[in-house]
Amino acid sequence: MPFLSLKNISKSYGATLAVRELSLEVERGEFFGLLGPSGCGKTTTLRMIAGLESPDAGAIELDGRDITRLSPEGRGFGMVFQNYALFPHMNVFENVAFGLRARRRPHAEVERKVADALTLVQLPGYERRRVDELSGGQQQRVAIARAIAIEPDLLLFDEPLSNLDVALREETRGELRELVKRLGLTAIYVTHDQDEAFALCDRIGVMSGGRLLQTGTPRELYEQPANLAVARFLGRNNFIKAMRLSKSHDAHGEFKTLAGGHTLYVPVKAEELGALNKPVTLSIRPEYISITQGASFPADNVLRATVIEVNFAGATTTVKLDANGLELEALVLRLVGLAPGDSCMVGLPPGRINLLKDEG
Amino acid sequence: MSNEGQHIKMKHERQLIKKSFSFIPHPSSLIPFFLVALVLIYGVIYPNLHVLFASLQRDGVWTLQNYAEVFSQRATLEAIWSSVLLSILTVCLCALVGVPLAFLFERYEFPARKVFATLAALPLVLPPLVGTVAFIFLCGESGILARLAQKIFALDHAPWTLRGWGALLFFHTYTMYPFFYVLVGAGLQRIDAGLSEAARSLGARPLKVLTRVVLPQLTPALVAAALLTFMTSMASFSAPLLFGGDVRVLTLEIYTARQRGDVTTALTETVILAAISLIALIFFQRYEGTRQFVSAALKGATKRRARIRSGGARTLAALCGVTFALVLALPVITLVIISFARDGAWTTETLPRVYTLDNYRRILTEEGAGGVLVNSLVMSGIAAACALVWSFCVMALVAGKRNWWRRLISLLVLVPWALPGTVVAVAIGEAYGQENPLTGAFILVGTFWILPVIYFLRFMPLVVRSVQASMEQVDPALEEAASSLGARWWKRFTRVRLPLIWPGALAGALLAFVIALGEYVASVLVFVPSNRPISIAIAAAMRDFNLGTAAAYGVALMAAIALSMTIAARLERKS
Repeated sequence: MPFLSLKNISKSYGATLAVRELSLEVERGEFFGLLGPSGCGKTTTLRMIAGLESPDAGAIELDGRDITRLSPEGRGFGMVFQNYALFPHMNVFENVAFGLRARRRPHAEVERKVADALTLVQLPGYERRRVDELSGGQQQRVAIARAIAIEPDLLLFDEPLSNLDVALREETRGELRELVKRLGLTAIYVTHDQDEAFALCDRIGVMSGGRLLQTGTPRELYEQPANLAVARFLGRNNFIKAMRLSKSHDAHGEFKTLAGGHTLYVPVKAEELGALNKPVTLSIRPEYISITQGASFPADNVLRATVIEVNFAGATTTVKLDANGLELEALVLRLVGLAPGDSCMVGLPPGRINLLKDEG
Repeated sequence: MSNEGQHIKMKHERQLIKKSFSFIPHPSSLIPFFLVALVLIYGVIYPNLHVLFASLQRDGVWTLQNYAEVFSQRATLEAIWSSVLLSILTVCLCALVGVPLAFLFERYEFPARKVFATLAALPLVLPPLVGTVAFIFLCGESGILARLAQKIFALDHAPWTLRGWGALLFFHTYTMYPFFYVLVGAGLQRIDAGLSEAARSLGARPLKVLTRVVLPQLTPALVAAALLTFMTSMASFSAPLLFGGDVRVLTLEIYTARQRGDVTTALTETVILAAISLIALIFFQRYEGTRQFVSAALKGATKRRARIRSGGARTLAALCGVTFALVLALPVITLVIISFARDGAWTTETLPRVYTLDNYRRILTEEGAGGVLVNSLVMSGIAAACALVWSFCVMALVAGKRNWWRRLISLLVLVPWALPGTVVAVAIGEAYGQENPLTGAFILVGTFWILPVIYFLRFMPLVVRSVQASMEQVDPALEEAASSLGARWWKRFTRVRLPLIWPGALAGALLAFVIALGEYVASVLVFVPSNRPISIAIAAAMRDFNLGTAAAYGVALMAAIALSMTIAARLERKS
């Protein structure tokens, strides 16, 4: 049985559908991410899990128990807010102790647990500091300490790192995952930052327009995006419009690109093959495209192309290519003397090409 | 509305809904609902409708005859005309004084700027009656300045009289220009100086920048200031009473009609005054609504105040400041001086020659006189405390998604603020003069409670506003955080919301308290002789030419106000 499951949750504000029939399962001990562009409904979903919003339809179950109508204070989830939401009129100790005191724990226990929580976030001895004396990173840690002090069943993060500067964000990211894993907590983490989600989460749900598009490990999402929206959202991609050529039911589907008229072989399962004369979208990551100069050699998925543009970006270089009207972008680590106008051979490894479900 | 506008509006509404996660248990707690409904029905709706209906009836028959009669009287028409003209002229003069001052203090830096800038809002906290009295001592025909001029130029009579249009306009400008000064100053602070620089870089000359960039952005502030000035001027009573001379304004007409027992005329004129005020309010607000600017929050704010560099200009600006500060402080200084003068001993000299503490001893200890201070403190205290508690009830009901009944409550709460004090007093005085089992009216007139009730009604909108403002500043995520940490409604309210809003709320209540302390307009219509507030005692002392006593009362009032305002300022800093 999954630890937390959302069953066909919907939520609308007036005429706007914020979340549409979303179903999701999170296992105990999992670090789960909700990733999507702003306005995609990920924060609303998190707030419904927290109990701060109530879904219009659907159910939320924790350990098989229906908690859809339970008040936030009845759920016992720790939540870390985007702007931390530290109580400005209380010091660090009082902030972290708030949840324990709301539970009427004995004084000695409160003291001990607050000290423990502050040690965990590496802020021991900060008890008497005022909240506004702390740096952004420290406030962030206090917010996390406050959420874990109540020993929650579930930790909810609403873009908690977005107010930190880049260097601090990457450092905190590592510490956060380490901390959650060490305490064996289940966490749900909302973010619009792909790198952050990939670095932190065991599994990620990608959302767009109120829908959950795909769930999977970061690797699955990156290498096998299910549809155009996921492929578009996660990193750079080449999208190739094509038509299926043969009716062949073997492992290699044969496609003809609309631009350039090249023939591409893509390994596809029989049930994924669509209609014959309907255009489909293929995708390939720029880093999987290989470029070779000089003599042509006949092989599957190797096209002749002209270099249009070379963009040097330090460790990597992006090369824009034109293969008889089909525009491609390749990411290479070391560039061997290619300049705009040069001709070259471009390889698209069949195993790296994905057939996307087109979303209209 | 354009498509985009609608989109923005929808987005805004969505945000409102998002923020309005209901932490206030409304259906379950009926006490605030009951209290709010009770006050609004019996304090706002019933008395005002009572007055309106009474003005439309004669001997129990519905008729417009009262209006026909009132409008046929030359005196009433003149009063309406005088009130409106006086208010319009006051608005113009106040804008002429307040706006340049706001620019000077907000846009330029010169020696001692801060001192003058702080003093500039002083007339706002001076009770109108005390200001009027101080003005008479200073500028009246037997005031200090007139005597000084008479002595210097060896005239055998006072060089001027403080009467009529000129006197009223001068006094109104002195007391009301801070509306423009404060609001336009705040507006200038909000305007991003970078916009002016952008306009300059695009080739606009300074005058063009002013008229095309700065002034349009100031429109909301100007409209709000004009509205406040117009309404205050329409409600003005003390000055027309004491030195209006031939200028008869509506408030004065209503007062005299009521004094001579002509209740019908008083009621009808009250409705007319209320109507003019409400029309002005709607007119201004409609205009205000069309021009709302949201300035984008920008990083790296540009320097706002230009330092005046040339030595001559600096001296001139500083000199301006000194003169201006002196003009502002003079009435107050005068009042303090006169408060030490022996009653009846100041006759022909420029300044009183004999000084004594008798006046203070008298107002503090003498039978009947000493009670006045206590009376005012007690009644204003009751009104402010009730307003504070009540404001929390209103906010508990109004917080949340905007819908028609929440809008209605917000609107009704503001009604007593929009109506002149004269109207509020007449309405309460007439509606609660006798029991009415049909409407549930009870007798307030002639009891101790009439004044605290009127103070409460008149000034509770101020408290509601400040409570609302403090609540809006509290991040809704704080209560959500408390909730996710396991705190129930009561704990969230007492441990998170209350500690964060009480300084602002208390500051608002203190403001209501000090304004109630000096209240005169409504008090004079319904006060009970056994329970006189301080303002009535001042007016009585003035009538008996006990100038020292009147001044001493005034100084005591100002001291109480200064003390409360200091505490309020502390509290606001804290919040």
